[in-house]
Amino acid sequence: MAITSIKNLKEFSTVNERFEGAHLLCPGCAHSMIVRELMNATDDNLVISTNTGCLEVSTAVYPYTSWDTSWIHIGFENAASAISGAEAMYKARKKKGTLKDPDAPVKFVAFGGDGSSYDIGFQWLSGAIERGHDFTYIVLDNENYANTGGQRSSSTPIGAHTSTAQAGSHSYGKTQKKKDIVAIMAAHGAPYVAQLAPNKWKIMAKGFQKALDTEGACFINSVSPCTTEWKFDPKDTINVADLATDSLMFPIYEIIEGHELNILYRPKNIIKVEDYLGAQGRYKHLFKPENRHVIDRIQKDVDAKWEYLQRREEARV
Amino acid sequence: MSQNIPGTAKKGIHELGAETKVGWDEVTQGVVLEPFAEPVKDVAHIRPEERNYTDFSSYTATVASWRVLKPVYNSDICIDCQNCWVWCPDTSIISRDKQMLGIDYDHCKGCGVCVEVCPTNPKSLLMFDTNENLDVALSQWPEKKKKEK
Ligand SMILES: Cc1ncc(C[n+]2csc(CCOP(=O)(O)OP(=O)(O)O)c2C)c(N)n1
Ligand code: SF4
Ligand code: SF4
Ligand code: SF4
Ligand SMILES: [Mg+2]
Repeated sequence: MAITSIKNLKEFSTVNERFEGAHLLCPGCAHSMIVRELMNATDDNLVISTNTGCLEVSTAVYPYTSWDTSWIHIGFENAASAISGAEAMYKARKKKGTLKDPDAPVKFVAFGGDGSSYDIGFQWLSGAIERGHDFTYIVLDNENYANTGGQRSSSTPIGAHTSTAQAGSHSYGKTQKKKDIVAIMAAHGAPYVAQLAPNKWKIMAKGFQKALDTEGACFINSVSPCTTEWKFDPKDTINVADLATDSLMFPIYEIIEGHELNILYRPKNIIKVEDYLGAQGRYKHLFKPENRHVIDRIQKDVDAKWEYLQRREEARV
Repeated sequence: MSQNIPGTAKKGIHELGAETKVGWDEVTQGVVLEPFAEPVKDVAHIRPEERNYTDFSSYTATVASWRVLKPVYNSDICIDCQNCWVWCPDTSIISRDKQMLGIDYDHCKGCGVCVEVCPTNPKSLLMFDTNENLDVALSQWPEKKKKEK
């Protein structure tokens, strides 16, 4: 496939953007950083579907579109199904010889939020990955239903305050752990699965290129810091993403063919999870003495996960 | 703003906001927006300034009124690292041929991310009141800081 040079940022910056400004995402929203990186990582034609959520409602506000590619939105939960249909039709028409431009390189991509991917569109996503359509599914993981006012999802981490898992005198916020969707997708046997972050632009661009280049259904979970619901200053989106990856709350790794695990980023100085939690209003209550145990629990879980990932990588199984 | 989508002129979505109410069965299902005036084959190889955008592309719209503060660019200090370009959420850093040229004030929302990620000392981008005159802003640029942080 035709890939953009990502050797360094100067070369990367010579691409011609296909995601336009004047969309209505919040100032500092990471969703658009991730989308720009994906679209800039290739110069192939793109066919993109998007679930309902902040990205979709903000980039297709009638009469405007911010997409310079084929782009489709149908419903909340069915970006994976929509792209499956498009990909199947493309293959069928290619075989029949009815494509206008059969040699034009084309890639299929679906975007979903965590709400629409981990929860409401979960079976549709699972089906598309299992059927093995040649596409890449990308979750913009802001750990809540941001577009409808910040409800908890199965991606919301334990201890976070959300509008439906509120912190107060009787609760420390969400009491359940975050769902490990990367493991679930790897268990489908998908050829390429990864967890990435926009602050690590080169690892992210490489991961996107690898997914686009791999035949079959690929899956990427990307952390997407949400200034509005995580409650931090819009200028700090990349700073918060740095804290996420350096505290290992969001470890960066890939799993190939369902088993071969590679860690893609090892922080030089691993920071404490409380440095990450403390940078966001949604975790403010955890710093009260009665809730400190939740921070300890989160740190323990993060340490254990990092240990697990390293052992999996070492074992080469 | 031209909004003449074939087949929808007198139906569906247009009528949702109008006085005549239509039932679900009569609403036109879906809508197609064409961002370019003629079919384009190879968008990724056409520079934005050479594209023939229609009014349906948000490229032709502006969100300038969202801004309270605006980033101001000082080309004297810039090292063209492109950090601001890669992380701007609003496609508002104009870079051509590996050079940072400036800010697209029609699309910039003033989030301040570009200032945060700018590595020079002093920074090559700083936030000012959105109504500040650019020359005045540049004349107020701070000196190099001895040691950051
Ligand atoms: C079937 C269905 N249920 C609920 C909604 C309402 N809804 C629209 S956007 C949204 C939140 C989306 O959350 P997420 O998928 O995490 O994306 P985000 O907005 O956080 O990027 C919800 C619940 C809907 N449109 N359709
Ligand atoms: S609510 Fe969060 S995810 Fe949605 S547009 Fe705003 S910053 Fe982005
Ligand atoms: S202030 Fe935000 S929107 Fe404006 S140019 Fe900088 S990063 Fe882009
Ligand atoms: S981040 Fe600063 S130094 Fe780098 S290109 Fe932008 S303005 Fe120039
Ligand atoms: Mg979400």
